[in-house]
Amino acid sequence: MRALTDPILKVQNLTMRFGGLVAVNDLTFTAGRGDITALIGPNGAGKTTVFNCITGFYKPTTGRMALRHGSIDIDAHVERLTDTPNDHVTNAEGSLYLLERMPDFHVSARAKVARTFQNIRLFSGMTVLENLMVAQHNPLMVASNWTIGGLLGFAGFRKREKAAIETAKYWLEKTKLIDRADDPAGDLPYGDQRRLEIARAMCTEPVLLCLDEPAAGLNPRESLELNALLRSIRDDHGTSLLLIEHDMSVVMEISDHVVVLDYGTKISDGTPEQVKSDPKVIAAYLGAEDEAEVEQIEAEVGL
Amino acid sequence: MEVFVQQLINGVTLGAVYGLIAIGYTMVFGIIGMVNFAHGDVFMISAFVALICFMAVTALAGMTGGAVFLALLVALIVSMIVTSLFSWTIERVAYRKLRGSFRLAPLISAIGMSILLMNFVQVAQGARNKPIPPIMRDTIRLFEKDGFVVAISYKQILIILVTALLLGIFWYVVQKTPLGRAQRACEQDQKMAALLGINVDRTIAVTFIMGAALAAVAGTMFLTYYGVVVFSDGFVPGVKAFTAAVLGGIGSLPGAVLGGMLIGLIETFWSAYFSIDYKDVAAFSILAIVLIFMPQGLLGKPEVEKV
Amino acid sequence: MMMEAPAREPVNFVGLLKDAVFAAAIAFGLFSLMLGLKTDQTLNNQMVLVPRPGLLFTVVGLVFVGRFLIGYWQAINAGKIKKRKAAATPLALKIEKYGTAAFVGFLFVYPMMVLGTAGPSGAIKWIDNFGIQILIYIMLGWGLNIVVGLAGLLDLGYVAFYAVGAYSYALLATSEPVKEFMAGAIGPTFWPLWAFWICLPVAGILAAFWGVLLGFPVLRLRGDYLAIVTLAFGEIIRLVLINWVEFSGGYAGISSIPRPSFFGVPFNATESGFAATFGLEFTPIYRTIFLFYVILILALITAVVSTRLRRLPVGRAWEALREDEIACRSLGINTVNTKLTAFAIGAMFGGFAGAFFAARQGFISPESFVFLESAQILAIVVLGGMGSLLGVVIASILLVGGVELLRELDFLKAYFGDNFDPAQYRMLIFGACMVLMMLWKPRGLISVREPSVFLKEKKAVSSDLVKEGHG
Repeated sequence: MRALTDPILKVQNLTMRFGGLVAVNDLTFTAGRGDITALIGPNGAGKTTVFNCITGFYKPTTGRMALRHGSIDIDAHVERLTDTPNDHVTNAEGSLYLLERMPDFHVSARAKVARTFQNIRLFSGMTVLENLMVAQHNPLMVASNWTIGGLLGFAGFRKREKAAIETAKYWLEKTKLIDRADDPAGDLPYGDQRRLEIARAMCTEPVLLCLDEPAAGLNPRESLELNALLRSIRDDHGTSLLLIEHDMSVVMEISDHVVVLDYGTKISDGTPEQVKSDPKVIAAYLGAEDEAEVEQIEAEVGL
Repeated sequence: MEVFVQQLINGVTLGAVYGLIAIGYTMVFGIIGMVNFAHGDVFMISAFVALICFMAVTALAGMTGGAVFLALLVALIVSMIVTSLFSWTIERVAYRKLRGSFRLAPLISAIGMSILLMNFVQVAQGARNKPIPPIMRDTIRLFEKDGFVVAISYKQILIILVTALLLGIFWYVVQKTPLGRAQRACEQDQKMAALLGINVDRTIAVTFIMGAALAAVAGTMFLTYYGVVVFSDGFVPGVKAFTAAVLGGIGSLPGAVLGGMLIGLIETFWSAYFSIDYKDVAAFSILAIVLIFMPQGLLGKPEVEKV
Repeated sequence: MMMEAPAREPVNFVGLLKDAVFAAAIAFGLFSLMLGLKTDQTLNNQMVLVPRPGLLFTVVGLVFVGRFLIGYWQAINAGKIKKRKAAATPLALKIEKYGTAAFVGFLFVYPMMVLGTAGPSGAIKWIDNFGIQILIYIMLGWGLNIVVGLAGLLDLGYVAFYAVGAYSYALLATSEPVKEFMAGAIGPTFWPLWAFWICLPVAGILAAFWGVLLGFPVLRLRGDYLAIVTLAFGEIIRLVLINWVEFSGGYAGISSIPRPSFFGVPFNATESGFAATFGLEFTPIYRTIFLFYVILILALITAVVSTRLRRLPVGRAWEALREDEIACRSLGINTVNTKLTAFAIGAMFGGFAGAFFAARQGFISPESFVFLESAQILAIVVLGGMGSLLGVVIASILLVGGVELLRELDFLKAYFGDNFDPAQYRMLIFGACMVLMMLWKPRGLISVREPSVFLKEKKAVSSDLVKEGHG
């Protein structure tokens, strides 16, 4: 667990209100670089809202989300950056981004945070390969001289496009979708669609990949393959992962760090082992009211 | 002040007409989520039906006061029936099959229907303005100041009273009857409503009929008030009524009436104080501004983007 | 396993008759007043009702027979299960590829063919009313296709950009200060001869500018709302053109707009005219043929550019935007800029077409830019199959050419009497076609999508999977 020694994302005092409803309440946590950090909690705990705040789709009511590239010291710079109107600062050691200040597409394009969605959002009328090409929009746009060079057929763009197809091929092989490259994304079975969404997110070359229930609806074999894929993304690509998951076998198996939410509030934070034995977590999942009842339940289930 | 009061009276009258048409837009949008582009032309047809009816009755019974009243009553009722039939047929033929299809399809079909209806009337009844003999020209003088008479005509009183009465009946039907409950259920979730034994097709058809009946009231009032109708009269009042529906908050029935009143008032005041040439520009501008800056309207519910 | 063919049920004629009687009764209810009685004005301006029982019963009878036949046709086809046309998709791509090429070739020889068969005087009508008219709509359709078909933004006010292009050219070309300035700077004949070629790009750029200007406020809107706002913008522009008389001439419009020259050589009967220069006998047909090739080239440029754009990142982003805007944003695509480029490029082609229209007519007025035109262009795009270039061509020929053909049906007067004018049914039939086309093929005539890039094999995407966007 590298959350303390080498953080990549620091969420501080994040609160999100919808009218009178407090979906996320004063949430503070840190995700470590090269870690798989899992965000778990019962239904309606506010996990997806946290994701939507991190990826810029919601502007949080209050709170700060600092993400770093390179080894820039978050604590040393974040206060000063907060006092400026800028959304990022760059120095020789790296860059620091304040995600709450960035529009959603900048979070992906500049801060390099990619995400997937709970209800898969593929471009279903486009082919699998096209989905991955769309994900490389920004570099290709530069290579096409903002369309003008591409329209005139400059060689630079064609070269860059070939490279983009190679990147896409790499991820298709990695997600075992290479044989379906020219099929419409909407024709793929559910498990393939989930993997395609991950491949598409990886084509944006993120430093942090946020996965919203990647194992939902997968069968046990697919679930195992997913674990391997996520580990490989972490180990081979140095991409940090943040995931929401209900499937405890996935969470406990692959996570390095677990944060537990209940009713928008963090109730536990630690390694999978620590969280598993936290009475508050058990209470939240089993629906107990107080500590005494928790002990009673623990006794009943034989813990 | 005098001009103001007079324009207020005129504006409310016009607003009543727009409000009645707007209800048809708002109900259909609420229940199947489509802009019934042909609704303005349904309104125009209702005015034509009322015109023909009025002429038929007065041709038989003469133009005495009683006969005119009878003719208007017959025109109103027949127009409500025939227009409802038109609207029912349009829904059955041009929209029902497209429900749940590709989203643009019903809108294109509705635009086609609008063109079809407009040109049908042009071919069937001719392209010229169709006037009726002036009726109910008497006015009640409210007060007079510096030679400017503020007056309300019997026509205006009639329009406001009939509108209020029919809105009352309509309100009762939508709020208090099983039919209204079925409509609201279909608005929420058609599949679930069908599973619970609601005849969705029939409920939607009834919605179209109710909208058309109210448009027919508006059409008859429009004919009485202006005394003339032409085949192209559906488009601009239709757009204004749609503006009213959006301004009030689409899907909201009181919103439609409120929006209609506001549009009627804005139009009359604009014409009185600024420029009559640009009154339609004003209406279209309001439409654009409302849709861009407050698409939920005055009484509608704001929409939260779901990620 | 062999499926046994289901035994076809006998056609229920009693049921069919009942349906037909019901339909006829409805038709009677609908039409007894609207068709059965005609409002007419007598010579002393009295309104009278003229009964037309014959017409009414003819129509009701037609509805009866029509309903019966449709019911019968449905009954005999009821047992058949439609095959999913998976095998047809590569064929559709082939048709698109070779069909387009063949069609372009045909267009290049079309004026000569007509000239050969109909002679110089008869050919004008066929080249102008059919050729040029249809090509203008093809070009407009291809331009709007970028906005609606690719980016999925439903634009009901496209005619506004057509108007911007037309008025830009008309106002610049007839402007006295510009003429005088050019006369002083280059020579007195320069501006009338070259105005079209100089103003054409200007008109396109101005239209694109208006596209961005009108596109910007509506970016957040989706679905039908976007359609209605664009309709409102289109109407506002038309109403301003009507009311701002000092600027645009109001209802009267702008006349004596200079016609395009053959790159500096005018089409007239003078000694420096086209016919004299090339040693030909003067006839107006040369100008018409030249205009035909100008619009053909303009339309082809539109086609080539939009085909290329589809394969560029911006085009792919448009299509992705049509599929799922939120996913686009999560991939770092600036959806604001992407939408605006679609609006701007679509508007630019509308502007080119508008400038050409003004130059071809020599006269423009706000009457040419009514909502019906927008509806017609949109109908062409949707009927063609969103995103398909060939579909737009077929739809334009059907809708514009078909409606234009009605003018040629004078022989029907022999049957219906001299008062019968088939042209007055043009828009009636057009409206009915729009409805019928939607009922028959809501996805359009060519309803497969061609992928913009492929790894091994280009497979067509069935339109059932393609989303129509939020607009």
